[in-house]
Amino acid sequence: MPEMTMVEAIRLAMDEELARDERVFIVGEDVGRRGGVFRATQGLFAKYGEKRVIDSPLAELSIVGVGIGAALYGLRPICEIQFADFIHPAFNQIVSEAAKMCYRSGGEWTVPLVIRAPYGGGIGGGLYHSQSLEAFFAHVPGLKVVIPSTPQDARGLLKSAVRDPNPVLFFEPKKGYRLIRGPVTEDEGLVPIGPAHVTREGSDLSLFAYGMMHHYALQAAEIVSGEGIRAEVVDLRTLYPPDRATIVASVRKTGKALIVHEDNLTGGYGAEIAAILADEAFTDLDAPVRRLCGPDIPAVPFSHPLQDWFMPNPNKIAQAMRELAAY
Amino acid sequence: MATRVMMPQLGESVVEGTVTKWLRAEGEGIREFEPLVEINTDKVDTEVPSPASGTVLKVYVSEGQTVRAGTLLAMIGQPGEVVIDPAPEATSAVQAAVEPSQAHTGRVPAQTTDATPVRDLGFISPVVAKLAAEHKLDLAQVRGTGAGGRITKKDVLAHLERPRASAAPDVPAWERPGEGDLFRPTELQFGQAMAIEVARGPEARPLVPGMLVPHTPMRRQIAEHMLRSVRTAAHVTTVMEADMSAVVAHRHANKDLFEREGISLTFTAYFVAASAAALRAHPLVNSTWGEEGVQLQRPVHIGLAVSLGEEGLIVPVLRDAEQKSLRRLAAEVSDLARRARARQLTPEEVRGGTFTITNHGVGGSLFATPIISQPQSAILGVGAIQKRAVVVGDAIAIRPMVYLSLTFDHRLLDGASADAFLATIVATLEKGAF
Repeated sequence: MPEMTMVEAIRLAMDEELARDERVFIVGEDVGRRGGVFRATQGLFAKYGEKRVIDSPLAELSIVGVGIGAALYGLRPICEIQFADFIHPAFNQIVSEAAKMCYRSGGEWTVPLVIRAPYGGGIGGGLYHSQSLEAFFAHVPGLKVVIPSTPQDARGLLKSAVRDPNPVLFFEPKKGYRLIRGPVTEDEGLVPIGPAHVTREGSDLSLFAYGMMHHYALQAAEIVSGEGIRAEVVDLRTLYPPDRATIVASVRKTGKALIVHEDNLTGGYGAEIAAILADEAFTDLDAPVRRLCGPDIPAVPFSHPLQDWFMPNPNKIAQAMRELAAY
Repeated sequence: MATRVMMPQLGESVVEGTVTKWLRAEGEGIREFEPLVEINTDKVDTEVPSPASGTVLKVYVSEGQTVRAGTLLAMIGQPGEVVIDPAPEATSAVQAAVEPSQAHTGRVPAQTTDATPVRDLGFISPVVAKLAAEHKLDLAQVRGTGAGGRITKKDVLAHLERPRASAAPDVPAWERPGEGDLFRPTELQFGQAMAIEVARGPEARPLVPGMLVPHTPMRRQIAEHMLRSVRTAAHVTTVMEADMSAVVAHRHANKDLFEREGISLTFTAYFVAASAAALRAHPLVNSTWGEEGVQLQRPVHIGLAVSLGEEGLIVPVLRDAEQKSLRRLAAEVSDLARRARARQLTPEEVRGGTFTITNHGVGGSLFATPIISQPQSAILGVGAIQKRAVVVGDAIAIRPMVYLSLTFDHRLLDGASADAFLATIVATLEKGAF
């Protein structure tokens, strides 16, 4: 079983889908000759040519708009937004057009579109290269929102996204592009969109996370395991639609929940998990549902000390776990 | 069977206590709930009431000794009953073996026959309530190990899974769940109302002319400390007044902003900030007199006298005040004051002050001659802030004014240096740059 990085697994998935289905094509800024700013599409231009790996103008609205049009005509576009921070010009296309097409045409038309966008902080990217935007889109029925945290899941979920008949937002934790290495199976390796994954079993409290924070959660669980705190860690993987059954089942077992994300606290995705638990697991709770999130400030700061202050990390998570375990 | 008296845990982080005085000696009789022993954890003092009526059979911890919470202090029972000997640590196995055989001949334990006071179970989480209902469990029997003694899901599950008949012999009897009442803090053991009564002492009783108000440990301690300070230091008080216009304006401009963050911006925070700045500028004031020399203190830890009514006062310490912003000071001032009134301070929080502020102005006092808290070298008294007519330039203006009284130890500070220190406080307040 080969080992590879996140970005290599993502490249492999696109390569496999381009080879499997001639309707698949990639469009985005610098994805062609340059191979993408993170080299996610490196080599694909040479292999599949300029008609299937298309360098777009610097205009996100048109990248997604072109994708929607092509998808309606039967193609399978993969749109790359260079940084999730730049997705806002395409917000209207995604929310008003792509998400609603199936519904408003009574199922006659669908938009089989994938939008890939690197997201997240901790990379010294400052205000406009660090944003986490999943909460905006995880509010929109008609979209699917996926965030992988391992190479195997990244490949399998991206391939499922390409084959999904409806639009999928595929946020990639860019700090983990080269930091996270892992085995990737040599089979088809499809990972279904929807189910969360319990990556560590425990009985004292449940930790919910995704993307880079899932790795930090695992590290934190390891730190406190030496202190006798047995944490269960759940990698959410698909944020919308949420996997209510797995989330609730975990808290039924542990009675306590800590949700970690780097996006801002207020109105963040963790609020939805907390609400699900309050609604469906109330009589199983032994402590308040806690969230450890980025603070409510407008952006991830550029200054390194301030960035560290902003970002959750394994020690901060471990401390929150200790407090929750002692409650 | 004799009843054990344990060292209670008198607060979340208080893990030990000192026996200050036995109110009954071995062989003396006592009734249930009568005070048996005085214990002390720095400023948190209390009397431990007897858990049963009978005779003090054995005292294990002598006066002045400090032991951990949960340590066996004494046994109460009927004369002639066998008690544990020697030291309690070594007796767990002995006790487990001896007790069951005595159960049918000896006295039935007081805690099961006498009407057990309702224990405050604290917050019951949804899952604990559900488990208790499902298993028809009396939660009063479950020992809580969560925050503040809360009964957690784990505690309930452990209780349900515990061995039924006799506990494992290696666990001391007082560590076993199900008979845990005695080993809980007094205030939990006897319910909240009792705890307040115990803590507040004479305040709860009406004062009738002619009656003798017995001393509480806190009252004794205040008396001892005040007299010692007066005997030790050469007290001199100097008074200045400060124009509070700038502070009032600053507070007016920032109060709502702080409020939104849940911080109550009090005038005290400004006096702490001004004192901290002055202490940094005049290190000699932040010091302790010693036989060899004057020991200058590195940190600036400012004690804040908080009145507890007739019961006395307590002085929580705001640490490293010179390193903190006004916002932080304001937050800590309100937090310390609130917890002081709620008797939730830990011993660490009332120790280590290097300077003290007393806000006697809250009662309307204009200036006072406060007594130094030993071993510090000065104390600032803050009077009432009043609008007064003052001369500004050649005009009469109405300004919010305050008298600041500084009592200093003339052994190490002279009038000039003390006045310079007080003048720095006044200047800081009048400049209003916080």
